[in-house]
Amino acid sequence: MLSRVADSLYWMSRYLERAEHTARLVDVELQLWLDQSPEAGAGRWRFLLEALRTPSAKGAVDPTQLVNTLVFSRTNASSIVSCIATARENLRHVREQCSSEMWEQLNRLYLQVMEARPEEAWMLKSHGFFRGVQEGAQLFQGITDGTMSHGEGWQYIQLGRYVERTDTVASLVETHFKRVGQPADQTVESAEYLEWVGLLRACVAFEAYCKAYTAEIRPLRVAEFLLLNPEFPHSVRFSVDRVNAALHIIGDLTERRAKLPTRIAGRLRAQLSFSQIEEVMTEGAHAYLENVRSECAQIHAAIHQIYFDYAIESEMAS
Amino acid sequence: MAYDEMFKARGVAREHYQALQRTLVGLASEELRKIQQAADLTFLQEGITFTVYGSKEGTERIFPNDLIPRIIPAGEWAQIEKGLTQRLTALNLFLRDIYHEGRILSEGIVPRELIYSCKHFRREMRGLNVPRDIYVSICGTDLVRLPDGSFAVLEDNLRVPSGVSYMLANRKVLKRVFPTMFRDYGVWPVDHYPQALLATLRSLAPENCPYAQDPTMVLLTPGVSNSAYFEHTFLAQQMGIELVEGRDLLVHDNVVYMRTTSGPRRVDVVYRRVDDDFLDPLCFRRDSILGVPGLFNAYRAGNVTLANAIGTGVADDKAVYAYVPEIIRFYLKEDPILPNVPTYLLTDDAQRKHVLENLEEMVVKAVGESGGYGMLIGPHSTKQQREEFRARILAEPRNYIAQPTLALSCAPCLIDGGVESRHIDLRPYILMGEKVTLVPGGLTRVALRKGSLVVNSSQGGGSKDTWVLRAGNGDDRVAQIADAVVKGFTEKKPAQ
Repeated sequence: MLSRVADSLYWMSRYLERAEHTARLVDVELQLWLDQSPEAGAGRWRFLLEALRTPSAKGAVDPTQLVNTLVFSRTNASSIVSCIATARENLRHVREQCSSEMWEQLNRLYLQVMEARPEEAWMLKSHGFFRGVQEGAQLFQGITDGTMSHGEGWQYIQLGRYVERTDTVASLVETHFKRVGQPADQTVESAEYLEWVGLLRACVAFEAYCKAYTAEIRPLRVAEFLLLNPEFPHSVRFSVDRVNAALHIIGDLTERRAKLPTRIAGRLRAQLSFSQIEEVMTEGAHAYLENVRSECAQIHAAIHQIYFDYAIESEMAS
Repeated sequence: MAYDEMFKARGVAREHYQALQRTLVGLASEELRKIQQAADLTFLQEGITFTVYGSKEGTERIFPNDLIPRIIPAGEWAQIEKGLTQRLTALNLFLRDIYHEGRILSEGIVPRELIYSCKHFRREMRGLNVPRDIYVSICGTDLVRLPDGSFAVLEDNLRVPSGVSYMLANRKVLKRVFPTMFRDYGVWPVDHYPQALLATLRSLAPENCPYAQDPTMVLLTPGVSNSAYFEHTFLAQQMGIELVEGRDLLVHDNVVYMRTTSGPRRVDVVYRRVDDDFLDPLCFRRDSILGVPGLFNAYRAGNVTLANAIGTGVADDKAVYAYVPEIIRFYLKEDPILPNVPTYLLTDDAQRKHVLENLEEMVVKAVGESGGYGMLIGPHSTKQQREEFRARILAEPRNYIAQPTLALSCAPCLIDGGVESRHIDLRPYILMGEKVTLVPGGLTRVALRKGSLVVNSSQGGGSKDTWVLRAGNGDDRVAQIADAVVKGFTEKKPAQ
């Protein structure tokens, strides 16, 4: 497969995952906002920007403007609209590689967000809008799985999605723990309750968490669930497993198995499989997650270096 | 008076059009309209579109398709086939000659300055040998039918001719719309074009190719914003070869590789749909980002084949065109089977004077352009346009040629549910590798605007399917089957 094609599929998938994540996070925040005092609210906006790694101006944050930046801004490359537009552009360049159903769905989603007015993302209609983005992305994922051959190209789509998910979830959880510090291992007070539920909701994890641990919210369990659960599709561990699996298959298909990305991903996977949440917390969740994110960045760089943009001289020498 | 493809006299169809005529008469205008809509929808859904330059960014349009086929009897086609094979053979010899010894120039058949002043002449190609001495392996020649019914060559397209995907798409749709009539007419298939193209490319693999039996071939496209991008994806897919952009290719030690996820893979034959100018920024236009740095050196070293070769544009320069009959006589010692249309060279004082005095009756073309850009159609021009062209001709006479306005032949077309007559031409596609292949058919281009003579897709043209009949000399057998066809149709239709 041409490197350019693989690259486009990978980034298309990353951008779409990012759009979905941002939509969910902003949606959850707007719901939480309704329950909060004005002072607590201001802090939350900063948290949101930090969790999404969006650089922000100093001083008071204006919620309307903030939502605009995260949703509609074309200068912010990570806004929902920018992400979907970039994902579509990537797919457009490799249209002959995907099914026409995939193209039509992504194009539909693009037209839908391009038509939306800023008012729609704000309050009254906001839920419908964010819901639309999430469902559009999920529908695309379903169509992709159902209509495209699960060959090398499909594996790059998987890879993009789960590399992005590892990074965004790790970043969200890290920011959360940075804010709350070192919480005690006990049921959270009502004042903090909403924030922990918000964290779970932002990872579509609330219901799944309740099934695993009952509705009793304890910080350590939340952390364990979001970081180390092997079965929940939005946990860090699950995502890294998928990255690992995709890399192995790609390695086999391209006869480059022993290469760098598989090694880094394998190391990260082992670390997540054998970690105990208590140890993680003693060490500090913040530091642990920093490390996860840095490994994830290394995986990305290695994929890029081995499959997309290798130096020809080194290849010729070997 | 233009030649009418269908009627020999008012209301009297030529034999090979009679079955078609009866079919059309049997269909209500409402029905025709419905069929056309269904066909248009097929084109849109399958994304058979082209991009128009200079209009709003990324404007995709469907290429208007006309459902009434253009029918060519076997006898006429045989003549076309012979004529085009002869012409392309001579043009390849000509290209070999001017980039090597230049015999035709020394003997004064073609003036030296004409060649060396040609925008598409590539000095870099001097003395360079190409596989099988074939410079033009993919050619699309525009033919017109003159008022006396004979075919003549209007233009040779020897660089990167396009449109073949529409020929295939038109056929696919027509077979769906008129299955019975199609079968009973006995039409030569065209569907094997991609395979023939692949075989042609394979036969041109360079001598240095490590696996001569199984060379790696790619189609090089300028990218999604190119007007013919649909065709590039279509042909690559039909041939089962990779569609690459310049940035996918790289050159190392004068060998071309494509960057794949499994590592670099050697490329042997490039069917390039990128113009000479943009192929290699180290050699041609430096600002090109579509090309591959070092490609020309690899080509020069004989490690990769480009189809078509570089510098073929010199032979389809519209001023060189005027010399093609002489070129054929010079190399083949034969008379041209297909004539040229009369052409005035504006570098010649007498001819220029004549043209400038009669601009209203002339078609003036820029020599290095294609696609209907840079053209003046005298009878349809305004005074201001004529003055503009007069000034341009006087400033750069070498840059233009003129031809008398031709009455292109007419064929019936579906316009708003009715049948009306429109001007058409014909572009057959000729492949030349180990052997010459002419897929029997081609793109019949239609000037959809009433009275218009411009058939280019970028200028409001459309196309229709071209049926080349298998039958012996065409006319007799077709007359016999005509009745059978009509019978089949009326049986299927309820009584009127």
